[in-house]
Amino acid sequence: MASKALYSQRDPALKKRDDFEDILDERRNSSDLRYALRCYTPVLYKGMTPCKASTLKTIVLQSEQVRYVINQVSKEMGETPDIVQEEALAILEEMAQRLQLSTIRFFAFTLSKAFKALFQSVRVNEEGIQRLQQAIHEHPVVLLPSHRSYIDFLMMSYVLYTYDLALPVIAAGMDFLGMKFVGEMLRMSGAFFIRRSFGGDKLYWAVFSEYVKTMLRNGYAPIEFFLEGTRSRTCKSLTPKLGLLNIVMDPFFKGEVFDVSLVPISISYERVLEETLYARELLGVPKPKESTSGLLKARRILSEDYGSIHVYFGQPVSVRSLAQGRINRSEYNLIPRYIPRKSSEETQSFVNDTAYMLVRRQEENMVLRPWVLIAAVLMQNLDGLDLELLTKQTVWLRGLAGAFGAFLDWPDQTPADKVVASSLALHHGLVQATGGRVRLLEGPQDPASPEEALFDQAVGVLSCASYRNQVLHVFLRPALVAVALETANTSRNDDVYSSFLYLRNVFSNEFILCPGASVQDFEEGCYLLLKCGAIQMLQQDLVVTERGQPILSFLSGMLEPFLQGYQVVCRYFSEEASEGLTEKQYIPAVRSFAVKRILSEGLKCYEALSSDLQKNALAALLRMSALRKVKAADQVTLKVNTMAVKAIEDTLGGKVPAQKPVLARL
Amino acid sequence: MASNYNSSERQRIAQQRLKIIAGHLQKDGDGQPVRIFANDCKAEATDRRSSVARSMPKRRQEIMKWNGWGYSDSRFLFNKKGQAEFTGKRYRLSGLILPSLKDWFEGTFGANLQHKSPAVPSVSASTVPPPCLNEDFVQDVKASGVPYSHEAEDRMFRAHGHCLHEIFALREGKVGRVPDMVVWPNCHDDVVKIVELASKHNVCLIPYGGGTSVSSALECPPEETRSIVSLDTSQMNRILWIDEKNLTAHIEAGIVGQDLERVLNESGYCTGHEPDSMEFSSLGGWVATRASGMKKNIYGNIEDLVIHIKMVTPRGVIEKGCQGPRMSMGPDIHHFILGSEGTLGVVTEVTMKIRPIPEYQKYGSVVFPSFEQGVACLREIAKQRCAPASIRLMDNAQFQFGHALKPQVSSIFTSFLDGLKKFYITKFKGFDPHRLCVTTLLFEGDRERVLQHEKQVYDIAAKFGGLAAGEDNGQRGYMLTFVIAYLRDLGMEYYVIGESFETSVPWDRVLDLCRNVKERIVRECKEKGVQFPPMSTCRVTQTYDAGACVYFYFAFNYRGLADPVHVYDQVEHAAREEILANGGSLSHHHGVGKLRKQWMKESISNVGLGMLKSVKDFVDPDNIFGNRNLL
Repeated sequence: MASKALYSQRDPALKKRDDFEDILDERRNSSDLRYALRCYTPVLYKGMTPCKASTLKTIVLQSEQVRYVINQVSKEMGETPDIVQEEALAILEEMAQRLQLSTIRFFAFTLSKAFKALFQSVRVNEEGIQRLQQAIHEHPVVLLPSHRSYIDFLMMSYVLYTYDLALPVIAAGMDFLGMKFVGEMLRMSGAFFIRRSFGGDKLYWAVFSEYVKTMLRNGYAPIEFFLEGTRSRTCKSLTPKLGLLNIVMDPFFKGEVFDVSLVPISISYERVLEETLYARELLGVPKPKESTSGLLKARRILSEDYGSIHVYFGQPVSVRSLAQGRINRSEYNLIPRYIPRKSSEETQSFVNDTAYMLVRRQEENMVLRPWVLIAAVLMQNLDGLDLELLTKQTVWLRGLAGAFGAFLDWPDQTPADKVVASSLALHHGLVQATGGRVRLLEGPQDPASPEEALFDQAVGVLSCASYRNQVLHVFLRPALVAVALETANTSRNDDVYSSFLYLRNVFSNEFILCPGASVQDFEEGCYLLLKCGAIQMLQQDLVVTERGQPILSFLSGMLEPFLQGYQVVCRYFSEEASEGLTEKQYIPAVRSFAVKRILSEGLKCYEALSSDLQKNALAALLRMSALRKVKAADQVTLKVNTMAVKAIEDTLGGKVPAQKPVLARL
Repeated sequence: MASNYNSSERQRIAQQRLKIIAGHLQKDGDGQPVRIFANDCKAEATDRRSSVARSMPKRRQEIMKWNGWGYSDSRFLFNKKGQAEFTGKRYRLSGLILPSLKDWFEGTFGANLQHKSPAVPSVSASTVPPPCLNEDFVQDVKASGVPYSHEAEDRMFRAHGHCLHEIFALREGKVGRVPDMVVWPNCHDDVVKIVELASKHNVCLIPYGGGTSVSSALECPPEETRSIVSLDTSQMNRILWIDEKNLTAHIEAGIVGQDLERVLNESGYCTGHEPDSMEFSSLGGWVATRASGMKKNIYGNIEDLVIHIKMVTPRGVIEKGCQGPRMSMGPDIHHFILGSEGTLGVVTEVTMKIRPIPEYQKYGSVVFPSFEQGVACLREIAKQRCAPASIRLMDNAQFQFGHALKPQVSSIFTSFLDGLKKFYITKFKGFDPHRLCVTTLLFEGDRERVLQHEKQVYDIAAKFGGLAAGEDNGQRGYMLTFVIAYLRDLGMEYYVIGESFETSVPWDRVLDLCRNVKERIVRECKEKGVQFPPMSTCRVTQTYDAGACVYFYFAFNYRGLADPVHVYDQVEHAAREEILANGGSLSHHHGVGKLRKQWMKESISNVGLGMLKSVKDFVDPDNIFGNRNLL
């Protein structure tokens, strides 16, 4: 089965830490200026047709694809084609990158200074660099980094420049253009700008997709974009967006290129620059508009220590190999290739599966620092715990994570208590260790109101949660099995699977769970639990061993905040949501409901306050038909099916077992 | 069975040879008119034989290789000095030294003249399976007077075409299922008799024309349990009449291309149908495979050239009742026959268009800085519908290949000129010698118009960066066509195997298809463990209003492989899949045979396949024509 191969267990031997090289090391020992001005002669795509950034625009405007849509639009609008062409040109002017080496050199110089101030090290897997170099030579390449920080794409170009690799063109959100000067600087370092939404705008879509495809086909430069579409504020991977992935795979489907290499890249930060910023955003403090002055104010962060960064260039994935046996390219034989049309169902599901697979590769290759394990322990002890116990638990968790194949960067030579101490020191803004006891940092001593105190606390919790989230993907599948074991009717394999399936379904917007891979996920979860001796297989039953108790309770504890958060959302809908609630009103309303609950009932489910969780829960409820969108006039309101919502709430609370799905596929 | 070649037969052959020699001697002298014969094969036994200087004897093995391409006297070899030469006297290259071929050969394939892979010198008659004869059929054939043989050599010769696996097996001395008997009908009526007898006695008939198939069409189906009879049409080779008012000629289908042209030329006409295999392939074979000739731009492909076809089927003879130039009377029955690949019957006689021999012929060539520009130029020429008789675009690798076949230059002056040309193109004009490609041209017509036409084509070429590169290069390009198959035999002496295959594809996909197929070949070779980079090259050989025909050459050094033919087959299979995925057709003119049968369903749909099957079921319910091609 093709999908099985996609999600195969990675070989832990691949991830030797020794393979990483600190690129700042050399920067600390030699001249940045010389580095910025050094000879740059990257290996290019062998089939490249050399062309300038400005000629690209002409090629795009004159392409059959764009001309076809221009004519179509001009007929629909009753405008002359010239006017529509002008419009297309304007779109292109707004979008196009103007990559030039001098800007890159400028960034190479300034970023060297900045990175040295901010980070202890920037570690890059050299083998990945070699693989990438080969891939760039062979086929058009698409770089797919994870997105946790604004500096991701600067970091990418910086690393590629350092290794003398072809500089990418990068799809960036239009909001950057709002920043004077900086937007243009980014443009000159290879960024091209796309609108966040352009729903039905045919012309925009045609110009944009043709622009990207032209650069890909001509081998102009590697194309870089973020599969997740936006920065993940929670440090969990986001459900992938398919638009750009569709675009870059299309030239292969249509035979315009022999193959396309997709390179998943994982950038992991020991300490994310935006950590508390994200938490505030999730709590509803609006995101500050990108502005140059804002950036300048952020200068003070230069005096902080942000630990180290790992950049892991994953194995390039050949679209051709993936498509083998799944895509029938001859479906494009009978219609001119420039006529836009909806891709077939097989193609859509292929692109979707590929996107999930790539995000999972990104997750798997994230280098995990000891701190994320500490954060995971802390998140289950929000009242704090003894340093000694914390260390013990962290070491225990390290063993478990190792057994589950986590990509851990744990300094083996250093004693555990030193490792924990230095992690705590690095994150002094989040945790404090006083009198041998470690707890999350409290807010200011004299809060104006209980709500404010709550928010202050929640900022700390959500920040800490974002580090735990980095390690979630390692534990996710066994943790879902662990919860399923608790809630299932019996310990029979198929009962557990039903519960698992139910949970997996509920959380499929929350976590990266590949559609259609529930059996594999269940098997993977069970396999890992069996492997670490937490459960045993007795005929048709999954039995928890004595040794397994703490493991399972820790694992289900990890998902507890999500279970609770979803229950809060359900309760909101069953108890408080008013008729005619619009989507826009939903987030503030559910937030204030959660605030009330926490204050009145002393709950600790701070994560229910996170807009990310709230949105995911909403999507889940809609998907499960517990909610329905009703279009009335120009508003979309949410119609609640109270029974269904209550049923979900009760199931998540473990009060009722999950209904058996009609078709258990075991 | 020597007894079948009785003394009168030998005498006849001898007489014939004398006539040929006489013909050569007096050729220009008295302008003897060609004799045209009435459509009755019994009456004119002696006249007939003088009509055609027959280049194909019954015992083909006497003049042709049994395990390779073409005439026995013509082959490439590396002489003691390590220089390549081409033996014999038949071709322009014959007797010449090709000084750069060795370096090209070793450089391209990583081959080495020290590493030889010689063929077995001969196969003993005992290797060939004994004939499985249907005695009643044999008796009846004998009674009918149609010549026949069950000699091992005759049967083995007709058991194969020229696919790589077929020739490779012969070179290793391996012989599979072969026909059990060969018959040589002399005319249409003989064929009617044979087909009747075959139906009566339930034997399997496989028509055999020139034997140049590259689709496994001539392979005997191993599952066939009946006696297999190879029906060799070579003795039906007369031009029965020429109609100068309508410019048509009525011709027996066994005639091979070179004879047809030569005889027509004698009366001032030609068909203009010149497939690359025209030395050996037959008119009936062209009809049965939907052949295409290199000058189709002026004369048309075989389907444009035929006016009337007579075919003998187990149900009887099929033909139309008139010779109107175009008809609206239901689906054209000719199109059931064209491309039927010997599954329905034997084509015996064809009425074909003829044209006066053109007054003037001129070769030409254009160098382009890149293949992309070359294709763009061909597309423009097709758009303006001004393609010369032939126009072909070779990619860079084939350009280099063509260069390797340059004969030794006779004077210092020529080599100096060559050097100057090279300098002009690469240094002065800045063409990258590893990217440039060349188009070869052939113009035909009256002198003035050819020159005018030539100017038009060169003007278009110039717009795409093309530089005229002389007549020589053009002519050499076409000569290459006729010797390429001989070169494969040379390669096989040194561990290099290869083949060509073709497709047709819409214009907008030509470049994509060429690039992807070539790359697929390289990649598949690597994956299948081929130790040396393969030669994977292509050329555009025909242009149409809506697309082009693309030809691929693919060859590799197979040292270190346990089963090279299997690897070859896998790679060709992958290449065909790639062609289909990129919008190319299953075949432009080679046909389907048994080699490409598996893709018929996706190529013509289930219903289409059913249509063809129902025709087969009606025409040949007992599968007398049991070569199992196509369906």
